[in-house]
Amino acid sequence: MSQMTMVGAINSALRHEMGVDERVVVLGEDVGKLGGVFRVTAGLQQQFGRERVIDTPLSETGIIGTAIGMALNGLRPVPEIQFADFIYPAVDQLINEAAKYRYRTSGEQTCPMVVRVPVGGGIRGGHYHSQSPETIFVHTAGLKVVCPSNPYDAKGLLLASIRDNDPVLFFEPKRVYRALKMDVPEEEYLVPLSSAKVVREGEHVTVVAWGAMLLEALAAAEEVRSEGVNAEVIDLRTLWPLDLDTVVESVHKTGRLVIVHEAARACGLGAEMVAQICEKAFLHLEAPPKRVTGWDTPFPYTLENEYLPLAHRIVPALLETVRF
Amino acid sequence: MDVVAKPGSTPPAAPRKLFTVLDLDGRVDPESDPKLDAALVKRIYEAMVRTRLVDARLLKLQRQGRIGFHVGSEGEEAAIIASTAALRDDDWIFPCYREWGAALYRGFSLQAYIDNMYGNGNDVVKGRQMPDHIVATGVKFGSITAPIGTQITQAVGFAWAAQRKREAIVTASYFGDGATSSNDFHAGMNFAGVYQVPTLFLLRNNGWAISVPTEQQTHSRTFADKGLGYGVTAMRVDGNDALAVYSVTRSAVERALRGEGPTLIELVTYRAGAHSSSDDPSAYRVNLEVDEAARRDPLRRLRAYLERHHAYSAADQVALEERVQAELNVCIERAEAAPAPSIESMFEDVFEELPPHLREQRDECVNGPRAKRH
Repeated sequence: MSQMTMVGAINSALRHEMGVDERVVVLGEDVGKLGGVFRVTAGLQQQFGRERVIDTPLSETGIIGTAIGMALNGLRPVPEIQFADFIYPAVDQLINEAAKYRYRTSGEQTCPMVVRVPVGGGIRGGHYHSQSPETIFVHTAGLKVVCPSNPYDAKGLLLASIRDNDPVLFFEPKRVYRALKMDVPEEEYLVPLSSAKVVREGEHVTVVAWGAMLLEALAAAEEVRSEGVNAEVIDLRTLWPLDLDTVVESVHKTGRLVIVHEAARACGLGAEMVAQICEKAFLHLEAPPKRVTGWDTPFPYTLENEYLPLAHRIVPALLETVRF
Repeated sequence: MDVVAKPGSTPPAAPRKLFTVLDLDGRVDPESDPKLDAALVKRIYEAMVRTRLVDARLLKLQRQGRIGFHVGSEGEEAAIIASTAALRDDDWIFPCYREWGAALYRGFSLQAYIDNMYGNGNDVVKGRQMPDHIVATGVKFGSITAPIGTQITQAVGFAWAAQRKREAIVTASYFGDGATSSNDFHAGMNFAGVYQVPTLFLLRNNGWAISVPTEQQTHSRTFADKGLGYGVTAMRVDGNDALAVYSVTRSAVERALRGEGPTLIELVTYRAGAHSSSDDPSAYRVNLEVDEAARRDPLRRLRAYLERHHAYSAADQVALEERVQAELNVCIERAEAAPAPSIESMFEDVFEELPPHLREQRDECVNGPRAKRH
């Protein structure tokens, strides 16, 4: 056990898996000699060589297209897209190709790979270094989407993702990368995909969040205690396929639901979750479900803390929902 | 051979004449003759004829409303079949949608192909894709995709992995001239050049990307010229000359296996038919051009060669055509009698395991009202 940041925990997961599984290769822009612009892959090329930790030319479609070819030929590629904001040139390869290989070949060809993608705002990155495009991939049949909120889960979820036989989009919240350290085992452990976690128990309202906003949800939950509100906080961890059962169970108890995400509100994952909760737990609801999200605007630079659904916006949403 | 670019050396001032072996009457240029075994040439020729006959029949079936769609390869059979023949059995093909004839050449069964045309319950891809979008991993023929060029980077990645695994194989991606404008052509050529990946870029320049002619696709003098910019060796070959196609492709395979990197091969051919059964070329091209192309027809040339050098006869041709038609009749009859894919199959293979939301949707669909027609 040692104290690790999320950057350290992801590095530890990659190092472990490359050590035990010859098939695992890392590729992307600047991931080799430099160790990535966030240093997540630092030292891997020195340890595993240039054949397994590959500095690619600057082309996202090239990175994902060649990674798909590698996966088809039995490797377990872990490509990195430098920022989620730059993933769009690779969307054809992800949506039309990686996501569809199993289906369109009836399982003759599969595409197990983990696309690591730094995501989200709060680092003063403006529109091109802050976006949260996860819903595009949730909407795509055939992709799994994961987003850890802390170093422990990051390692366990990444190992589970690499061992999964379907393509996984692994979103890493940049705001959390070095924000906190926690005890992370040096050895391997898995955090199963599609398992949400109740990280704070409460009985008055259910708050669902993931990634960097989980910390904000927890902060808000602490803040509303003084108002006599005891919020239950769920870390979704895997965004697709959803572990809706954990949310439904919590809503049965609390009768109230607040969903927090950085992505824009319209057609965000919150919208889908509200719809599903209405379908499955309508008679348990005592207040309209509420979404605290990024606005339906581009991600701003100077006003990013007004855009993000930080604790100052979650607190009133919790109180309104409880007092409805 | 028209070598345009070679990494590590000064590119030659490119003579842009086509590499050819056969003239239009099937006479061999002794200097470039690859001296192929007669049985191999006959096998290539028969596969080319089979491909054309299958094409013609499928177009009829489409016009009769019995199948939904077909992408033909009339006029491009040498570019497709002779290049595949030059690959070794272990070399992987990453096709575009016009190369199903290559899968048949390698032994993918005609029945399986025809089942795919009907999208029936026996279809290898369970009726999930339009006709012609097959996969045949048994003969190392990858999944056919419709977005243009995506298979190119994948072929590079597959060969790159093979290189790392120390497997002595190459990959070959097929694509049309339109695909040279795609992101993945650029990325694939670039990655393969930088990392000297053992892959072949088989560019069928058939003159047309649906209705857009080559001169509106590129301002390069030739498509082979594009190799220069990536440091990728490029060749330009008469794509209607089966022996020339074979010869050039084989030399590229050998180069790749020697560790000399990727090759771009521009196969200069002509799309004699429509882009697909949904297309009407009379809206954008003139018959004169089509007539000129017919003079260069790859089947006619290879048949003339076989007649001239290997005693191929009119009776041989009749027997071949009858054999293919009989085979087609059986396959079509069986395909039409096959049941549709199960409703449940629509929900399978999205993921390795069926997640809860798809289980719910499957049950909702299976137990819900049925569509009036499929």
